[in-house]
Amino acid sequence: MLSFITRRIAAAVGTLFLSSILVFLAVQALPGDVATQILGKDATPDAVAALREKLKLDRPAWERYWDWVWGALHGDFGTSLVSGKAVGGEVSMYLGNSALIAVVTVLFAVTGSIVLGILAGLYRDRWPDHVISTVSLVGMSVPEFVVATVLVLCFSVALPWFPAVVLYGPDASVSQLLPAVWLPALALAVVMAAYIVRMARTSVIDVMATEYVTTARLKGLSTWRVVTRHALPSALLPTLHVIALNVAWLVGGVAVVENVFNYPGIGKLMLSSVQNRDLPTIQAIALISAVVYVVCNLAADLATMALNPRLRTRGRTR
Amino acid sequence: MTTLDTVPPTTVRGARTARAWRTLTSSRTAVIGLAIVAVHVLIALLAPLLTSYDPIANDADHALLGSSWSHWAGTDQYGRDVLTRVLYGGRYALGISVTATLITVALGTVIGCAAALRGGWFDDVLGRVLDAILSIPAVLALLVVVTALGTGPAVIVLAVAIVYVPQVVRVVRGAALAVVPADYVTAARARGESTWSILRREILPNITDVVCVEFAMRASWVVLLISSLSFLGFGADPPTPDWGLMVAENRTAITVVPMASLAPIIALATLVVGLNLAADGLSKAWGVDRIREGS
Repeated sequence: MLSFITRRIAAAVGTLFLSSILVFLAVQALPGDVATQILGKDATPDAVAALREKLKLDRPAWERYWDWVWGALHGDFGTSLVSGKAVGGEVSMYLGNSALIAVVTVLFAVTGSIVLGILAGLYRDRWPDHVISTVSLVGMSVPEFVVATVLVLCFSVALPWFPAVVLYGPDASVSQLLPAVWLPALALAVVMAAYIVRMARTSVIDVMATEYVTTARLKGLSTWRVVTRHALPSALLPTLHVIALNVAWLVGGVAVVENVFNYPGIGKLMLSSVQNRDLPTIQAIALISAVVYVVCNLAADLATMALNPRLRTRGRTR
Repeated sequence: MTTLDTVPPTTVRGARTARAWRTLTSSRTAVIGLAIVAVHVLIALLAPLLTSYDPIANDADHALLGSSWSHWAGTDQYGRDVLTRVLYGGRYALGISVTATLITVALGTVIGCAAALRGGWFDDVLGRVLDAILSIPAVLALLVVVTALGTGPAVIVLAVAIVYVPQVVRVVRGAALAVVPADYVTAARARGESTWSILRREILPNITDVVCVEFAMRASWVVLLISSLSFLGFGADPPTPDWGLMVAENRTAITVVPMASLAPIIALATLVVGLNLAADGLSKAWGVDRIREGS
């Protein structure tokens, strides 16, 4: 079991190493000389050369890669080409705002979808199942910006309960951002929950057909107890993996939704830094989201192992 | 005996296709889904016949009109007929999405089969690289590719392929791994057939169902991704009629002319619902377990 954990962690580190290379190479491939871009087309060759030296662009790529990774390991992601501030601090400020949305989203999505998924599984092929399955199919089929737009139409325009756009900058306090968190989180949760509901429904149907559930029922246990003791844990297990897999998607979804609400989060920073070709910021965001993705998947794998005795004794998963 | 031995391969294949078709038509979900998609394709193809308006010509005198007999879904801020733009919008969405999905699934299938067949270090290295690509958010990867190479249809197709090939490879590899240990594959190997020929003649026919389901499901993701890209301003260039772009353009006027935003939303949602229904129906009818395939 220990060797399994070590192997899994080693694989995660290896994946991260590879993704850092991919991120670096992809960003380096962006056309246009950075120095020329900062100084404008009229800059003298001397000035461009000086700036290239200052940005260390004259050194070979692998050396710059090594510097970048070494710095990143120590929390130094370089300075932003646009604002001139340290990228690390800036990204973490935006990231904190987005984390607020992410936490609320995951809470909404998980609780809502587990309840709906278990309901659909228990009432298989009857009307609650049909209603829930249809709604989740529609939820899967509309992009985040559509859900967000419809939510704005309902809860900001028709019923002015929540703000349609955020007017604060990235340094807003939590209490300032809190009223604006609900609609973006709800928009993301609807899309995310649609996938989890289907997953939970299938696993509940599988569990309810097993012999130990029949035994539990024959023992005279109430449906409530059967559901909480057997259906719920088995529905939670695959859900962990869906959430972990969805983390990478969440970063993308957050970019779209934050753009709709003008919310000062990581997605907004991502879009503006792509538009301004702020390479250090793009690299930092890509690397941080890769770390989050890998860590979440690692955690999901280890949690699955802890929850499932059969996997604990087996050498390796899949 | 002799008649059995001399059955030409085309008949076998014909019978197989017929059986696949029968199971498909027995699934109501798949039929409804495919019908919705077919209607969308027809509308996109016949758009010029269905409407007499020009989808990109401005008409400042008739801007921001509500629904009426001459403009069923009203007009947008430039006076363009919303319904016309929605009808034409399917051309961009379907054209790009179908091309991108075809390329993605084809590439993913070949790589996935090759990984399952060759195994060994090739499979291991490939798995690691794919994991690394998957760890980078699709939208960010897409944005970087589009910024690097500019926003053309060809670039978007390429970007989608980069983002989604790893996931197709995973699914196809899983399906192919179940076929590789079969006796007829061992026999083909023993006959000394090339990897490519084993792949094409032994493996591919046995995973066609998985690939078809993957195509339908992947297409729905691609449509969503491309419309999100257009919405963010990195996809279709104005004044191209595109659903994502239309929502972005008309969102600010949503209180004045809600239909201008709702019409493209409905079009987009019905297309993706159709694709999802098709994917669900096909996977159920053909017994493809999508959850176990790891999608």
